[in-house]
Amino acid sequence: MRELVRRPLFWSTLALLLLIALNTAVTPSFLSVRLQDGHLYGSLIDILRNGAPVLLVALGMTLVIATRGIDLSVGAVAAIAGAVACVYIAGSDRPAATSTVVSAVALAVGVCILLGLWNGFLVSVFGIQPIIATLVLMTAGRGLAMLITDGQITTVVNPAFKVLGAGFVATLPVAILIALAVFAVTAVLARRTALGMLIESVGINPEASRLAGVRARTITWTVYVFCAFCAGVAGLMIASNTSAADANNAGLWIELDAILAVVIGGTSLAGGKFSLLGTLVGAMFIQTLATTIPTIGIPAEANYLFKAVVVIAVCLLQSPRVRAAFRSRRPVSTVKAGAA
Amino acid sequence: MTQVTTSIPPPAVGTPVVEMRGISISFPGVKALADVDFRLLPGEVHALMGENGAGKSTLIKALTGVYTIDEGTVTVAGTDHRFTSPADSQAAGISTVYQEVNLCTNLTVAENMLLGREPHRFGRIDVKAMNRRARSVLDRLGLSIDPGSSLGEHSIAIQQLVAIGRALDIDARVLILDEPTSSLDADEVAKLFAVMSDLRDQGVAILFVSHFLDQVFEISDRMTVLRNGKLVGEYLTRDTTQLTLVEAMIGRELETLDRLEHQAPTAAPDEARVPLLQVLGLSRKGSLQAVDLEIYDGEVIGVAGLLGSGRTELARLLFGADTADAGTIDVRGSRRRFRTPRSAIGAKIAFSSENRRAEGVVEDLTIADNMLLTLQAARGWLRPVPQRTRDRLVEEYIKALDIRPPDPAALMRNLSGGNQQKVLLARWLITQPELLILDEPTRGIDIGAKTQIQQLVAKLADEGMSVVFISTELEEVLRLSDRVVVMRDRAKIADRFNDESVTVAGILATIAAGGAELKEEDSDA
Ligand SMILES: Nc1ncnc2c1ncn2[C@@H]1O[C@H](COP(=O)(O)OP(=O)(O)OP(=O)(O)O)[C@@H](O)[C@H]1O
Ligand SMILES: [Mg+2]
Repeated sequence: MRELVRRPLFWSTLALLLLIALNTAVTPSFLSVRLQDGHLYGSLIDILRNGAPVLLVALGMTLVIATRGIDLSVGAVAAIAGAVACVYIAGSDRPAATSTVVSAVALAVGVCILLGLWNGFLVSVFGIQPIIATLVLMTAGRGLAMLITDGQITTVVNPAFKVLGAGFVATLPVAILIALAVFAVTAVLARRTALGMLIESVGINPEASRLAGVRARTITWTVYVFCAFCAGVAGLMIASNTSAADANNAGLWIELDAILAVVIGGTSLAGGKFSLLGTLVGAMFIQTLATTIPTIGIPAEANYLFKAVVVIAVCLLQSPRVRAAFRSRRPVSTVKAGAA
Repeated sequence: MTQVTTSIPPPAVGTPVVEMRGISISFPGVKALADVDFRLLPGEVHALMGENGAGKSTLIKALTGVYTIDEGTVTVAGTDHRFTSPADSQAAGISTVYQEVNLCTNLTVAENMLLGREPHRFGRIDVKAMNRRARSVLDRLGLSIDPGSSLGEHSIAIQQLVAIGRALDIDARVLILDEPTSSLDADEVAKLFAVMSDLRDQGVAILFVSHFLDQVFEISDRMTVLRNGKLVGEYLTRDTTQLTLVEAMIGRELETLDRLEHQAPTAAPDEARVPLLQVLGLSRKGSLQAVDLEIYDGEVIGVAGLLGSGRTELARLLFGADTADAGTIDVRGSRRRFRTPRSAIGAKIAFSSENRRAEGVVEDLTIADNMLLTLQAARGWLRPVPQRTRDRLVEEYIKALDIRPPDPAALMRNLSGGNQQKVLLARWLITQPELLILDEPTRGIDIGAKTQIQQLVAKLADEGMSVVFISTELEEVLRLSDRVVVMRDRAKIADRFNDESVTVAGILATIAAGGAELKEEDSDA
């Protein structure tokens, strides 16, 4: 139990459960899930579906943060992915065909990988600080998306494209299935191979890792590409869900939600040790929180404030120092008793 | 020799300035200190002795508030204290240099020394005054570096001196130095000791940790010995011999070992033999002038030289840690260019850096991960080292090098300094290199383990491994090497077989014979 309490995952899971309990108390139907037309419906399912993009982005962000980096450009990359796909579909000869969607998705993901290569290049080859390097694309990226969509909100009507963000397979939302699949593949790659350990090593001590023969540069670079890939897929989900590419608003602030999810999941912004499971819990927490705010009647104006307070509380709970401060009251008195 | 000496040395003013009683500290799985008493008198140099992992650094951190004490009391100048942070203890007049020097390499020397105590003028930091104040402290240590230069430019030894300077600048009644001399050469140690004697005469109490017994006997008045987290006893230095001290530290007699039975490879290499490594004109602007070097199989090359003589720079170029501007390296007759450490590792070269903390240890990973890091990196991420091989290798090296705690899952950050060094050695031995470059491999290692490592090097060389052995301790270099390379002013100035004619004094004379000043700080001496 002592061991358990010390783990960040314990606290984030506890926070998530508390949040769910709060929701259930306010809206007793919160936990109910019903089957209708072969699809599952309910608040929990909504959270899973809407949380898929944040989860995806947070997965990529986890690895970037593990290498001591940060990627601020994920929101912009998501917008670009949506823009590329929608403009391609809208402009093609057969805007309703499934094959069009396949090539649109491939094209969008390809573009995102290029963007990831760019970020990784700036960080690993030029050694620019990650926050600055990715800030470039964060600001320029939305402009790029605007250029692609010509400043318009490009809408598409294509049933195949709709599946990505709003479809169901075997009663479950496709979006969450994709996100979980990426999660599973990442977890297997990180923990069944040596990749995770090498990423952590680079994040903890880059110079020692380099001298030990770790390809620190390649690893850093790859991680940014992976992050952009995740952001791209998330962007496609968002565009699919709304059947439109909105260069200004798609994926807006998602980088912050993703970073919060990572931090709540117990991965330190200082780099090094990371927890993918923690990120999963963190992303679900963030999404549940977003659902909770209207449910419990917090006025829209106080939305961000409330979120900030909750996030700070969770982070404080995890901080070893804060917990030590709580604990230190106890031993001091016992020692006094012992000395007397 | 096991009873606690009760007599008090001459300069003592009766009451201890620091008194620790019944101190216990446990970490998960380790009892680092168990019921330890310790006292420090004003006007004495008190050596804290013990093997790697005995609990010396932990006792210091218990005193200065880095760790919370589980049990026991701390009295400083007569009042009970329970420091909760290093800043607390500093405010109470305890100035500390921790074993793992923790400075900011991107700040200047002066900023590092006065961080948190910067002189102000018109509400801003007065850089001039700051540099002046830093300058005067550096002068006391005989260091003539520019206080305005950035700390990162300087060698680890200078950084260590700067850390000491930082502690000196604080007007303290207690000065704690945890292995301050581990990377200093004889000259600098002498200067440091002069400063320490001065402070002692002014009544400052000095706590000093070192694995160099000669230094301990030279400077200390009294010693406290710890073993496995327990107090063995307190002794007056003048009543103690090195032999009894070592016995107290390791709890048994040390097998004496003056000669290492390493057989030098077949005498003079004849023309026909292809050297393992042939280096011609290897140089890098600002760090090394053209060096030629031949290394044969099974040879131990000792590299001697003062700090900043280019020893580390040579090692780094051989390993591809820095890239050379000019010169060639042939490995077994074929030309190689090492642009990265990775390519040198591919050519079966290993390099253990002198800068353990910055360039070796991956703190948050386990002993096992740290040991296998290079092997794993060489195999590539897709081929993790199989669990069985992993367990076998880790267990083997933990045993061979007597790493404590012998727990593969222990985090590297929680190991004592000497044990971290052993793990790093294991990291390289596991790769089975043909050339092993060791830069200060015995730094911070206790005297039992030191002979153990020297024996290991000799054995590896007998089995055919070539070793480049860099050490500030010339005795160690001479004991181990088949050939001695002497460096000075970033150039090689001598390269000779290590026969009876080569002595420590001879090497020092060679270094001195170069003409011009040896080092910058000697220019005014
Ligand atoms: N934070 C920590 N967590 C867990 N174990 C620790 C921690 N700090 C120290 N230890 C353990 O406590 C013991 C004493 O360590 P300490 O650093 O005091 O040794 P030391 O005498 O300074 O050795 P060295 O000469 O190698 O520096 C070691 O077994 C070490 O592994
Ligand atoms: Mg120590």
